[in-house]
Amino acid sequence: MKKLIVLALLILAPLAASAEESGMSPANVDISNTASLQRGAKYFTSYCMGCHSAHYVRYNRLGADLGLTDTELENYLMPAGAKPADTMDSAMPAADSEKWFGRSPPDLSLEARSRGTDWIYNYLKSFYVDPKSATGANNVLLPNAAMPDVLWELQGLQKPVFKKNEDGGQTFDHFEQVSQGKLTPQQFDQVAYDITNFLSYIGEPVQLERRNLGLKVIGFLILFFLFAYMLKREIWKNVH
Amino acid sequence: MSDEIDQSRRHFLTVATVVVGAVGAVMVAVPFVSSMEPSARAKALGGPVDIDISKIEPGGQVKTKWRGKPTWVVQRGQDAIANLKNVDGRLRDPASKEDQQPKYCKNEYRSIKPELFVVVGICTHLGCSPLYKPTPNDPEVSMDWPGGFFCPCHGSKYDLAGRVFKGVPAPLNLQVPPYKFVSDAVIRVGDDQGAA
Amino acid sequence: MAKITSEDNERDLIDVTGGWLGGLRDWIDERFPMTEFWEKHVSQYYAPKNFNFWYFFGSIALLMLVNQILTGIFLAMNYKPDANEAFASVEYIMRDVNWGWLIRYMHSVGASLFFVVVYLHMFRGVMYGSYKKPRELLWIFGALIYLTLMAEAFMGYLLPWGQMSYWGAQVIISLFGAIPGIGESLSTWIRGDFTISDITLNRFFALHVVAVPLVLIGLVMFHLIALHEVGSNNPDGVEIKKNKDKNGIPLDGIPFHPYYTMKDIVGVTVFAAVFAGIVFFAPAMHGMFLEPANFEPANALKTPDDIHPLWYFGPFYAILRSIPDKLTGVVSMGGAILMLFLLPWIDKNPIKSLRYRGMLYRRLVIVFGLTFAVLGYIGMQAASPVYAEVGQRFAELYFLFFVTSWLYSKPRSQGMMVAVFIIVMGLITVLDAIGWDPNEVQLKLYSWLVPGVYCAVFMLLPAFFPKLNQPEQVPDRVTTGGSH
Repeated sequence: MKKLIVLALLILAPLAASAEESGMSPANVDISNTASLQRGAKYFTSYCMGCHSAHYVRYNRLGADLGLTDTELENYLMPAGAKPADTMDSAMPAADSEKWFGRSPPDLSLEARSRGTDWIYNYLKSFYVDPKSATGANNVLLPNAAMPDVLWELQGLQKPVFKKNEDGGQTFDHFEQVSQGKLTPQQFDQVAYDITNFLSYIGEPVQLERRNLGLKVIGFLILFFLFAYMLKREIWKNVH
Repeated sequence: MSDEIDQSRRHFLTVATVVVGAVGAVMVAVPFVSSMEPSARAKALGGPVDIDISKIEPGGQVKTKWRGKPTWVVQRGQDAIANLKNVDGRLRDPASKEDQQPKYCKNEYRSIKPELFVVVGICTHLGCSPLYKPTPNDPEVSMDWPGGFFCPCHGSKYDLAGRVFKGVPAPLNLQVPPYKFVSDAVIRVGDDQGAA
Repeated sequence: MAKITSEDNERDLIDVTGGWLGGLRDWIDERFPMTEFWEKHVSQYYAPKNFNFWYFFGSIALLMLVNQILTGIFLAMNYKPDANEAFASVEYIMRDVNWGWLIRYMHSVGASLFFVVVYLHMFRGVMYGSYKKPRELLWIFGALIYLTLMAEAFMGYLLPWGQMSYWGAQVIISLFGAIPGIGESLSTWIRGDFTISDITLNRFFALHVVAVPLVLIGLVMFHLIALHEVGSNNPDGVEIKKNKDKNGIPLDGIPFHPYYTMKDIVGVTVFAAVFAGIVFFAPAMHGMFLEPANFEPANALKTPDDIHPLWYFGPFYAILRSIPDKLTGVVSMGGAILMLFLLPWIDKNPIKSLRYRGMLYRRLVIVFGLTFAVLGYIGMQAASPVYAEVGQRFAELYFLFFVTSWLYSKPRSQGMMVAVFIIVMGLITVLDAIGWDPNEVQLKLYSWLVPGVYCAVFMLLPAFFPKLNQPEQVPDRVTTGGSH
């Protein structure tokens, strides 16, 4: 019994070790929030799909999961000429984007699974003014990012304030607003959250369904266990 | 612990466990079997196809592919349309009783508009693609050829409404797919929502 | 006590003794040893009646093999083993194929759980001396299965063609390059190319889907045949075949069917609930079963910050990394695996089960389990001087288990135990002196205590307090068996 406890603790220990990165606000995504996902979908197609594809996502899947009809998809999310079964592809040709930005904007279908939602949420909020960069912007989480600050009209412009380290270097401390955007900071946080939520959803669209099904499967297994265990005890009565 | 072995309890538990277990086994099998059904991509690729018929002429044929199958639109002249009923006696299923067409094509023309015949170009015998032979009495086919489709693989013959002749290996009329007129110049195959 | 036969229980469900079903059975039996096989290996195969929790894992391991093969076949229906299409085909399975996500998760979670089960199964063997005569060959087949399973998992992990797939394979195959002389040619031959490429992917697919599963199935069959030849061991390490009744049936044996078929069904159900819990609620297990880097397509021009294999390779990866020299690291890793094969000839103590080997041996085994787990943890971490040092010390503990097991094979004189202590700690100190780094003096001295305390406890202590190693009386018949 002791061995089991020790074994269990050792198996679970690494889970504690994989906690969040320090210094980032947690995103706390909730993909059961359909309204947030719908807004996130809209922001994504408006602000992101100019450059980024979500090549593994089909519009009709979005429609089914987010409760949108084909007409709503066509009116709000789909580019002209696309069909509901099509995938969410950016119109920007890869060869051109590499020329313009130095690298192709990556496909975002799996970004939430590889970078994590906390990183994405903070990344969207961490753009700042940088006259030295090609795009005029830079990002605290991805220094010298080739991506421009696409959400600047909503967020406004901000600049970073650094504090000096013991070894002479500097670390980021906080942002200062340089000019106002169309949204208040809380409203912009909501936008960043909605986009992050949406990216979390498209990373694995089956998430909600998977959990619901899991409850049913485990429920069934418990039922079967009861019968099987009773039968086992019954049969083992012969053994002394 | 009782030393008595209650056979009826034992029997009941065995049956109950086996039944619940069998249900579980079926539930496990479902995802695997279902995974072999057409995927979302297969359904997307098998989606409707638009055919432009603005330039078609009598006797002409427009070819395309729908669900990987050759699909044709053929324009029939007035003589050909009038002649269709004369061929009835030589056909296996002149009234299209077999389920080889949508219900709005279950008529003498096997089409929505008499002049335009939409058909899947796959012989109902063993799957070759027949040749379009619209000219009556075409010497390459036979002396009393009314015009239609001829399959070179095993000699099956169909008339200009895709109806199969008697005495040929093919058992059924050529299949007419679901379709509708998006406009006078465009036919959409594979989608007939709102069609007549 | 009346002899237990399966007839007492079999009468219920299907009466196969008569009617057309019985006729069919007879027709088959005249041409194929169906009933004979069933009786010899299942309904009249006698297993010790005192199997405990640790005895579930063999049949669960077999179930996991079936799971991997079944889910693997259905994955292979949709997967494309081409460098340009592999990654996308996995996402196609996850999104477009009906239930594809479930089949994929069952395969990836199944692989990790397969290793959990196999490690627990092996640990049972260590605890109860299931590798000792006459079961040495059974143990060897098991070690071969373990090795083959690691190869299978390694090749399988390349197939999704993610960043970790690519770079993990790059690192491990380059290990072969360490072998003097033939190393580089060997690595190239394995890859089929000068670097990991589409060619490597395609051949790993063929090996992973066809060749290695066939080898695994064959080895598992040999493993079971060897088991049935000698019969199972049990938690008391008592040979049940030594005490038979007048009909030749072991007094402490019960027929496998229906007792262990039924008990295993219960065990499998509990395991299935754990499996389902992970598949449906945490299939990536926070990056341990499906690593975040693998959701990025393989990029030969961009190396991830931290490359490490999946958790089940952790212990051996830690041993490999703990030695700064590449060749010595590879040799140590190989040596660690070799130790498993040699165990039946290292631990020659006639007492099989740790229940009767004395209190110190029980602690030795527990520490071995902990050592393996700590090594596994270290194998997963990014390299650092502290982890390298701790890894080295625990690698030493890993090998020390085998040295100590050999030492405990029979009663040793005080002089001998002290001598072994001095030789072992001397060797370790010499090795430390060879790799001497003045910056790390404090770390080295403190960490020297790890093997130091280990050897003091397991070698010196029993030299002066022999009662610690005093075995208990091994019973003639099994204990605590029967209805639970």
